[in-house]
This record gives sequence, C-alpha cells and structure tokens, in this order.
Amino acid sequence: MLKTGPGSLPHLKSAAGLHFKTYLLIFLMVIFGPLGNVLLGKGMKQIGASGTGTAVAALGLVPRILTSGTIWLGIGSLLTFFVAYMLVLSWADYSYVQPASAAAYGMVALLAHFILREVVTPMRWIGVILICLGVLLVGYTPPRTTDHS
Amino acid sequence: MFALVLYLVVIGAGTGGELCVARAMKAVGEVKDFRPSALLRLVPRVLRLPWMWAGVTLMATAFFSLLAVLSTENVSLVVPVTALSYGAGALGGKFFLGEQVTPRRWAGVFLVCTGVALVIVGRG
Repeated sequence: MLKTGPGSLPHLKSAAGLHFKTYLLIFLMVIFGPLGNVLLGKGMKQIGASGTGTAVAALGLVPRILTSGTIWLGIGSLLTFFVAYMLVLSWADYSYVQPASAAAYGMVALLAHFILREVVTPMRWIGVILICLGVLLVGYTPPRTTDHS
Repeated sequence: MFALVLYLVVIGAGTGGELCVARAMKAVGEVKDFRPSALLRLVPRVLRLPWMWAGVTLMATAFFSLLAVLSTENVSLVVPVTALSYGAGALGGKFFLGEQVTPRRWAGVFLVCTGVALVIVGRG
C-alpha cells in the first residue's frame, strides 16, 4: 500500500502528482477488475456451481465457496478494484475515469491472446484499437475539471 | 417494448448509480492519505452519505434488470447495447456533476463506446 500521507509526499499536490495518482489507480482498476471476474469464474467452475438448479443445492455450495482460495482471491481483487474506483472518483472526473477504465477490455483481449492462446477475431482487435485510441484521447484531457476540495 | 424498458433501466440505473457514487466521493473530498488506517477511517464517513446508498441501490437495480433482460434477449445483443453507458456517463458527468466534457473527451468516449461494442460482438 502506498504511503502518501500529508507531508510524506507533498509533490502529489501538483498537477503532475494528480496525473500520477490518477493513472496509478486507473491502472489498478484495469488490472484487478478483469482479474477478479476471471478468478471468480474459475473458482465457481472448480466447485461445480453450474449444475445447481435449486435453492437448497445452491445453499449447499456455500461452505465450498467460502473455503475456495480462488474465490477469495477473486473477491480480494474485486474489492481492490472497487476501493481504487471510489478513491479516484474523490478527485477525478467521472467522465474521465469511466472511459479510461475501459482499457480493461483491451487488457482482457491481450491476456486472452498472449497468455491463454485464445483466438481473438479481427473485429475484436479493431475494437481494442478503437478503445485504446479513445482512452488516449480521454487521457489527453485534464482528469479534474470541477473545483472541489 | 418491455425489453426496451429493461435496456433503459440497465443503462440509466447503472450509470446513475455510478454517478451517485461519484457524487458521494466528491462530497468526501480528495483523498490524499492512502495509509490503510486512513482509508478505514473513511468508511463510516462514506456510509453516512445518502448519495452512496442511492448509488448502491441503483447499481443493484441495474444488475437485476440486466439478469432479467439476459433471460429473454441474446447476450451478443444485450452487452454491446450496454456500451451506450459510456455516452450516458459523459452526459451525466456534464449535467449531474458539472464536469467539462470537451469535444476531445466526447470523441474519446465515442471511440470507447464503439470499441467496446466491437470487442463484445467479435467474441466469436
């Protein structure tokens, strides 16, 4: 965890500092959001949750869900994502953070292609390029346009 | 017609919920101390804000509406439509939060919207 308390890193008050901490938290969102979803999906498949048709059967899965390390890692990742999201919104524009965090879609496609060796269709690559261009354009606007403390 | 209403709820309530959370965090003010103890002290302050509760309620409404619309419509149609939330988010940022959405930011939002739709449609 960062140690940027009052007085420890005063340069964070500058515009460069604002950009740095905004980029850092959006980076955490882009990493931990998709990672959390993937881990939760993997964890639920590992415990075989897909065949549960009744409420009683679903309740019977609870102990297995609560003892699954993969699911706890997924929950931890999504928690990290949500904390980063809320923190960055305390100073940055929503209309800046929302499109910038769409870089996660590009990240998932890249991970799917290079790590999971999945086939990524040309249409999907075009989409990734458009998202990256859009995020770049949004990134060239100031993260904060409102006046608040 | 009912599906159209559900689409509107998914996009409207989802984006509206995030806008309310953004408004709550703006009320908290810029977080400058990232030590875990300082972040924990923020929790009760955040939970006392009505905007936060409104945001969470709207986001939950959007989630269950998404489940409902997915029960009748194809995923390949539903999810790209939800990419419109990026446009709705820029509008909400401008009119609800008073942010300055410049033409460059609009262009970026448009590209992201289109790109997200293509990524989801192109899953194959």
